[in-house]
Formats: sequence, C-alpha cells, structure tokens
Amino acid sequence: MQHTMIFEDNKMYLNIGPSHPAMHGCFRVLVELDGERISKAVPEIGYLHRCFEKEAESHRWDGILPYTDRLNYVSPLMNNVGYCMAVERLMNLEIPERANWIRMLICEVSRICDHLVCLGANLVDVGALTNYWYLFNERELFVDWIEALCGARLTSSYTRIGGLSRDIPSGTPEILKKCLKGTSKALNQVEKIIKRNRIFTDRTVGVGVITEDDAISYGFTGPCLRAAGCDYDVRKVDGYYHYDDVNWDIPVGESGDTFDRIFVRFEEIRQSSRIIEQILERIPEGPIAMDRGNISLPPKHDVYGSIEGMIRHFKIVMEGISPPPGEVYSCTEAANGELGFYIVSDGSDRPYRIKVRPPCFSIYQAYPKMIEGHTVADAIAIMGSLNIIAGELDR
Amino acid sequence: MDQSIDEIKKEIGEDVIEISLCDGEVVLKVESTKWKDVVDALKDKCKFDMLIDLCAVDYRDGDERFEVVVHLYGLGIKKRIRVKSRCSGEIQSVCDIYPAANWFEREAYDLFGIHFEGHPNLKRILCHDNFEGHPLRKDFDKRKRSDILKPNDLMDEM
Repeated sequence: MQHTMIFEDNKMYLNIGPSHPAMHGCFRVLVELDGERISKAVPEIGYLHRCFEKEAESHRWDGILPYTDRLNYVSPLMNNVGYCMAVERLMNLEIPERANWIRMLICEVSRICDHLVCLGANLVDVGALTNYWYLFNERELFVDWIEALCGARLTSSYTRIGGLSRDIPSGTPEILKKCLKGTSKALNQVEKIIKRNRIFTDRTVGVGVITEDDAISYGFTGPCLRAAGCDYDVRKVDGYYHYDDVNWDIPVGESGDTFDRIFVRFEEIRQSSRIIEQILERIPEGPIAMDRGNISLPPKHDVYGSIEGMIRHFKIVMEGISPPPGEVYSCTEAANGELGFYIVSDGSDRPYRIKVRPPCFSIYQAYPKMIEGHTVADAIAIMGSLNIIAGELDR
Repeated sequence: MDQSIDEIKKEIGEDVIEISLCDGEVVLKVESTKWKDVVDALKDKCKFDMLIDLCAVDYRDGDERFEVVVHLYGLGIKKRIRVKSRCSGEIQSVCDIYPAANWFEREAYDLFGIHFEGHPNLKRILCHDNFEGHPLRKDFDKRKRSDILKPNDLMDEM
C-alpha cells in the first residue's frame, strides 16, 4: 500500500494497491476509512492497459489471436474461442463438427481451471489457506493437459479462424477423466472444510451483497449475476456449438453475497465436469479445420509435398484473411461472464475496429458500492469473489 | 424476428432512421438528438433491461465521424439489439437509464474524445489523466509518447 494517508475529520484516506499481494492483479482503490469501515471508495483502473484494441487495428486477422491470450490470462483458451467465433460469424463460416466439440471441451476445461484459481485465491483471502493446495493441485493436472494440447500453459493461441491448430493429444479421455475424478474429490474435501466452518461463514455470508436488480442494472453477467439469482447464461441462451445437445444445469444463488458467489462457482465446476464427460463420449472423428484455400493453412505434408499446397500456404501467410465488409457482435460465456467481441470490418486484411466487451468491466463498476460499509479485509474478500482479472479489465 | 422488428417499430418508429437485421440481430440507426429517447424507450417499453456494451467507432468521414454503438439485451424476451448513432463528438449520456453505461461512456470519452452530455463523472478511465489525445481515433499519431510523472490524485471523486 502506498503511504499517502491524510487525516481529516477523523477520516483516513488509504490507497489499497496498485501493487499489493492481496489485490489479485494491478488495481488501485482509494478508500475513505471511518475507523476500520470503508465509508467511500474510488477505484482506478488502467494499470494493465496495453492498447489491445488499437494494436488489433494494425495486425492481420490471424495475428491478433496471440493477443487474445492475454485478455483473461487465467483461462486463455476461452478468449481464443471467443475471438475466432466472432470472426467466423463475420465471414459466415461453418467449422467442422469435431472442431466444434473440441472447442466446447477446451472452454469447459478452462472454466474449471479459472474457477479453481478463483476459489483457491478467494479462500486464501478469508484465511482458509489449506484449500489453496487442494484446488491448485487439481488445476495443475488440467494445465498439464493444456500444455500437451498446445505446447503452452498460459499463452495457448490454440484455435484458428476456421478450426483449430492441432488435434487433441492421444489418451485425452483417460487423462481428463482422471482429472475430473480428482477435481470432484478435491471439491468435496474443500466443501467439507468450509461449508459449515464458522469463520468462513462469518466472513462471507451477507458480505458484499448485490441484489438481482442492481446486478442487472450494472450489467453483471456470469457467476456473479447467477449468484444474485438470475439464470442468464450465454451457453443456454444462444446455444452456440453443441451446448443445447448436452445435459447440464445453471446453478443459481439466492442472496448475491460472497458465499453464494463461491458456491455458484463450486457448482459450475461440477456442471462443467458433467459437460466434459458427455463431450468425451460424443466427440466425432473428422477434420479439425476447414479445408478452404483462402482461410486455413494446408497440412504440412501438402506444403512440402505439392506445389498447390505450397502456393496456398504462401498466399495465406503473405496475404492473410480478408472478411467481407460488415460488422458483428458475437459473445461466448467465459468464466467471468459474457465475453463479447464487436468487430467492424472494411474488407481489408486488418480489422477496422475491434471492441472487446470484458465481463469484469461491468462487474468492477459496482465494486465501490459493494464494499462501502465493510472493513478493508472484507473488501479484499469481495474482490476475490468477483474474480476481477486485470488483463481483460484494462485490455 | 420480423415480429420483433414490428414491435419495435410500433413503439419507437418515428425516431428511427433505419431498422435492419444483421446476423439475426435487430440493428437500429437513430439521430444523435433522439439517442437518449430511443434507449429509454427500448428499456421501458421494449423490455431490454440490460446494457451489455457501449462503444464508439471512428469512421473519419465528414462531420459526423463517430458512431456510438450500444448493445442491449432483454432478459425476459431473450433478445439482443444493437443501436447506433452517428455524432460529431457530442451525444447524450444514457447513464441515468443504465448505470452500467457509466464506465463504458468514460472509456469512449477516453479513447475517442466523445462528450457524453449529462454524464456524472466524465473523466479518463484507461489512460492517465495527463495523457494527451484520444488514442483510438484513426488520426492519432501512434509514435507520440507522453511522460506521466505523477499518479492520479482521485481525491476529486471523493
């Protein structure tokens, strides 16, 4: 915390952040303290602003993909999917069936990873340190699978416009089933430790309450909205990919407090596990990317083995993809809520404008209101339960 | 989908320049003077109760070079709508209709320099207060650098 403290009418002003281990990223909140209680708070964002939208305007459509990894860096695969889906909708492309199912699979795996990180860190915030290892051990196994999938643990850049960069690694069903089993065990253990724990419930029940109406008017989406009692989920509403074809439920909370937000995430991990099990049963064989000359790169043996393949490869690498002029708003359900991409194309090989609608941006707006009247320690716990990710908040 | 277009036409027909369908989504174009009325009517009469996104685009053509775009969603009716308006740099704020618009409008002000009349706290949000220029404008000089020496005070918002 910076040492700018001003005393005035018994009020103390305190900067929390921007660099503080409890802040889960680079955020700064200036709070007015009345004793230990926060009477007013002013957040400042932008510390992680890296001009994603401006940068995107000078990059080719396919060259933007690595930048999307850095939006929500806890679940980068989902940003890849969100971006590629938006461009595909702009170009009216139908990707192969297998790619659809694999995209669903990686989204659900990322959702589990994201929630495990959020829960682990949030429980540390309220003093329950042990659970961190129970949850992070399981996440580690998922991340190992992601590493086998795309060669990177965080900066995945796995999807491509028109499909995927490579197929899932061999033995995936067995690996993931083992991971899911471990996750389910860890969740049960953690739940046993915290659910009826007096300290935990004192710290979370009735803390950081946001009512359903407020949550809607602030534009909340994702687990934070569902914890307040509204069952909005882009996966059910838009039914993109095959979310309509698998059985799963939307967990909904009642009071919109920290406790509900934590347990909605618990339940979402279980639902994602259900979805993954069904995907593993139903994932069809087939190509993983479209076989279209002007969109996806040909297989490597074609590039080296035939003149047509080499020309096709050369043309895509040199000229890139050019979607028709137009605009699209496409959204997916990311771990924190609705991740939207509003894209305007002028028909060239670079986007005219890309606007990312990060779920955290709307949620963090309500943060000052949620922490007013609470103690500083509660403010940290509330922030953790909202799962604000600086990467997508500041872009 | 045609049915929803008819409904919207019935409620706010005279304020709309153009109404169309784009990728299954209703798109409205309105005059900047009618901006707030249309958004208000969409919330009150057409039940679009959630503001998903608000942003701007710089087309750099003529006087009305900016386009402000808002995406709304109706939880009950399960429909999305996009409303667009061209403006020359000033438009009404919709903050008091949708509190969610607050930061989105600040962002559009920060990155494009669009003034939202009636916004309670229109200041920069992603860039530093002393930053010069509006970076997402197409004529922004990308090589320009600014020195930011002091952190923002924030006491003005207290």
